[in-house]
Amino acid sequence: MELEQDQLRERARPSKPSTQRTIFAEDASGIIDINEINERELGSTMTLSMGPQHPSTHGVLRLELELDGEVVKSTKPDIGYLHTGMEKLMEAKKYQSNICITDRMDYLNPMGNNLGYVLAVEKLLQLEIPPRAQCIRVLMCELQRIASHLVWIGTHALDVGAMSVFFYAFDEREKILNMFEDVCGGRMTPSYFRVGGMFQDLPAGFDGKVRQFLSEFPAALDAFDTLLTGNRIFRNRLEGVGVISAEDAISWGLTGPSLRASGIEHDVRRAEPYSGYELYDFDIPTRTAGDVWARYHVRRQEFRESLKIVLQCIDKMPGGPIKADNDKVVLPDRDDMKTHMDALIHHFLIAADGFKVPEGEVYVAIEGSKGELGYYIVADGSERPYRCHVRGPSFINLSALPSMVEGSLIADVVAVIGSIDIVLGEIDR
Amino acid sequence: MAKAPSTEDIAFLRERFSEAITGVREGLGEISCYVDPRYIVDVCRFLRDDSRFQFNLLSDLCGADLGMDQEPRFEVIYHLYSIPVGHRLRLKAQLPPDEPTIESVTSVWKTANWHERETFDMFGIVFTGHPDLRRILMPEEFQWHPLRKDYPVRGYDDF
Repeated sequence: MELEQDQLRERARPSKPSTQRTIFAEDASGIIDINEINERELGSTMTLSMGPQHPSTHGVLRLELELDGEVVKSTKPDIGYLHTGMEKLMEAKKYQSNICITDRMDYLNPMGNNLGYVLAVEKLLQLEIPPRAQCIRVLMCELQRIASHLVWIGTHALDVGAMSVFFYAFDEREKILNMFEDVCGGRMTPSYFRVGGMFQDLPAGFDGKVRQFLSEFPAALDAFDTLLTGNRIFRNRLEGVGVISAEDAISWGLTGPSLRASGIEHDVRRAEPYSGYELYDFDIPTRTAGDVWARYHVRRQEFRESLKIVLQCIDKMPGGPIKADNDKVVLPDRDDMKTHMDALIHHFLIAADGFKVPEGEVYVAIEGSKGELGYYIVADGSERPYRCHVRGPSFINLSALPSMVEGSLIADVVAVIGSIDIVLGEIDR
Repeated sequence: MAKAPSTEDIAFLRERFSEAITGVREGLGEISCYVDPRYIVDVCRFLRDDSRFQFNLLSDLCGADLGMDQEPRFEVIYHLYSIPVGHRLRLKAQLPPDEPTIESVTSVWKTANWHERETFDMFGIVFTGHPDLRRILMPEEFQWHPLRKDYPVRGYDDF
């Protein structure tokens, strides 16, 4: 009898490892054979792969969570699923073509991406931008900030279980996207900015539409407050979760609302005003707690600050040209092209050959909707950038995630991801 | 627009690190300091802690390929920002074409972690002392470093 059992065991355990049936499973160290797991000492932790299809990961983010029961021991974000080599592509394309690429990085903040890029190229060219174009740029960026924060508030609430806010938020966002469609034809990827100015002027009656939005939107913000700010369940889910101290936040390179929620009053619009931001009156909301609830409050207040700036833009909108006075860089008006020979020649040359940018290097930072958005461009005197690097705020903010969620519950991880407001298009580029 | 440290501050820095800082270039209101790669961590830590500079935020860190026939071929570029003072400064460390290696600044700013992983992934620049130097955007089995100038824009077919 014993012998038979031994034989059976012998048969069950093949002598050559190669004939052993392998079952693959994901682990912290990559794909491994499941038989190896069984042989390992059973520890108290388990590794869970969250994403890349998980709805709360806002795109294609995968988190490798090491769990002890429900408590997160460590987190390893795994990114790169959307990597399309945009920085490489930008080296191969002309300066004016790259504006379309910037739209597709942070696709919730394309106007801001456009602005950062054109500001960097304009600094290299030392172009003077007329006040009307600057004002339109600020107007567009602030509307875009509201639209971006609307996606954040909708998805953040959805992640922690408040379903209905999402529909109200997207309803409001639709109004802003319709306005973008009016000015340039594009909604998600407008490419409205040009090196030296704007692609075209605002359409007739545009300020009426913005004023109508300004009159309607505060009611929506009040509705969000009723649904979320005063909601005890929502507050309990957020308060004291994902805390990061001011010192750590700076060391991790957090910027934007995530930094301001830790008590640092830093905003690129105020610290290094660009595109005429020094002309507008607005406050910088800050909180000191550094938790998810504080980040929620900072962004919630930023809605109203952006509304203030939008109203000032509409009230003070200067007249005049919307493009810089430089034939070699800026495309001529359509009407001029039909009547002036030299305008037609310039149009052809810029469209076909591009424009040359003098040798040099710049780093230009703006306040995107998620934090400091930086463009580092090296020009070698040709019509294509030699090197273009984008400092995406989502990329940096996500790198701080493991330090924020360590020791918290797995259910809180989704709340923290929602609170740092990431866009995977910008992270992977 | 961005402000740069004053000329006195830069002169002070050059005097303090006469061996480490090999050159200073100014253009378009921005200052670049060329730093000997061997001293990069010392210079960074000094710039972060010194009361005159207080560069507490590492805004950006990236690499650049200066060209296949260049010596030195690679550059690591650090964009520092000081939240209390409001100044920006660019540091550059130049590295040879073969086995470009530089010490990691993750001990100075934690945010350098992912920046350095991205630079390693894109240029093959190795950061010694980095806690977790792995590819970040490209797959683990990828053999090349795509932002190098000898890598074609359309990539290789066999991947």
